[in-house]
Amino acid sequence: MTEPKIRIENISYAYDGAPALRNISLEVQPNTITVFFGPAGGGKTTLLRLINRLNDLVENTKIEGRILLDGQDIYAPGVDVSQLRRKVGMVFALPLPLPGTLRENVVYGPKRAGVRDVRRLVEITERSLTQAALWDEVKDRLDSPASALSGGQQQRLCIARSLALEPEVLLLDEPTSGLDPISTGKVEAALQEAKKNYTIIIIPHSIQQAARVADYAAFFLMGELIEYRRGREIFTTPRDKRTEDYVTGRFG
Amino acid sequence: MSQRTHWSEFFISAVIRVIGFSTIGFVGLIFFFLLQQGAPVLGEVPLNNFFGAQWYPTYNLYGILPLLLGSMMVTLAAIVLALPLGVATAVFVREIAPGWAREILKPLIEVLAGIPSVVLGFFGMTLLAPFVRETLHVPTGLTAFTGALLLAYMALPTIVSVAEDALDAVPKSYRDAALAMGATQWQTIWRVVVPAARSGILTAIMLGMGRAIGETMAVLMVTGNAARMPTTLNSLFLPARTMTATIAAEMGEVAQGSTHYHVLFAIGILLFVLTFFINLAAAPAIFEKRRRGGLR
Repeated sequence: MTEPKIRIENISYAYDGAPALRNISLEVQPNTITVFFGPAGGGKTTLLRLINRLNDLVENTKIEGRILLDGQDIYAPGVDVSQLRRKVGMVFALPLPLPGTLRENVVYGPKRAGVRDVRRLVEITERSLTQAALWDEVKDRLDSPASALSGGQQQRLCIARSLALEPEVLLLDEPTSGLDPISTGKVEAALQEAKKNYTIIIIPHSIQQAARVADYAAFFLMGELIEYRRGREIFTTPRDKRTEDYVTGRFG
Repeated sequence: MSQRTHWSEFFISAVIRVIGFSTIGFVGLIFFFLLQQGAPVLGEVPLNNFFGAQWYPTYNLYGILPLLLGSMMVTLAAIVLALPLGVATAVFVREIAPGWAREILKPLIEVLAGIPSVVLGFFGMTLLAPFVRETLHVPTGLTAFTGALLLAYMALPTIVSVAEDALDAVPKSYRDAALAMGATQWQTIWRVVVPAARSGILTAIMLGMGRAIGETMAVLMVTGNAARMPTTLNSLFLPARTMTATIAAEMGEVAQGSTHYHVLFAIGILLFVLTFFINLAAAPAIFEKRRRGGLR
């Protein structure tokens, strides 16, 4: 097995004293799609947000344990959070285009990061839109407002926007929950394409989706990691009774 | 349901309806009264006199231009001073201050709104005016600028609390999206959160302006009340007179039914119309808040 991209070591996390994650440890392999799944309130989103330190601004929280990206502790003092978030991109459940044109949306991150060269920005735009499987649909209207796109296109735009920063890791929190099946298929195809270059962690919006995209899958239940294995195995031959009950639809 | 409950229901809703509509009725009556008392001006004072540059009622010169411009100068200067301060305070309270500091700051800012304007005027006269005179080396401290400073302070609570609500209404997901792309907290606030709240911030400015233009006591006490035309830029640092101060100072000693009396009411109408339009300008922004969707 190769060196893990992300190593989560004994992470416990609490909001206002209420534990949300209990002693989670897992390793994420590079260039794979890892799925976090389980019923609501299981801590999936919390763990995802910890990986790019999005919960830093939330008050009254307590974190224990370590998260290592390429062997570096991301919560160590002196870590540049903006830099970290450029390496670890995130896509949310609701597509959220920023005001402005398609092009402006895609180059928002790179511009903040200091890329000024116009040719370079044009290149980034084409590359990230292609990787997000959106280029062919929008290449003729890059200067129209992003809000004019359909929901599915907006979500792929948001993926492209994250990819524009050339992150190493891409986190997706139910990226297709608001989309129709055809758009969902396109987003999933885009992810399969993108994993060649990136490490992807996704919270799927259904077990079917989890089974479709997972190289590895982690089952979370009430803040605990119940089972973490290769994707196909966990859905066909779960080892834990609770996992089996969930994947066979007995609860959740 | 018994007959009695039925009747009390009807009675209560009728009372509430009457009270509700009477508020609108009172505003209508006030405007009607103003019109009735101010309208004779049209027959008594020629328009070129009324919109003239000289306000000497004793010589039958009723030029309201210096008063109108005085009001606008003081109000605009107050907004220019209060806006950056107010928005910055709102950003600090909502986005940067830790929870406990927010709990202390918010009620404190609201207490500011409750200070009687005459107290502020007194403070302005005894402390602010000498300070302005000495630091700016002007002949008197009772200037339009002194009034603007006081008004800025008075408009601040309104601007802060409305702007803060507007920032609060910006969905958390916007902040997440910007942060997740590696924007710093400052970039997130400045490029995403504040622009998303701009309609609410505009409302804050308008409401602050409405408060400033209608304020009487404090400006009466600190602006020096000289009805001169603010023709040059340094007029800001010379005495000025506002419409509100004129009404307040002269209404008490004017003969009822005289031309001067009618002119004062006409000024009142103008003030009423001005504030009405300022609030009207703020209205779309207020209503937009209720159906806020994505970023526009």
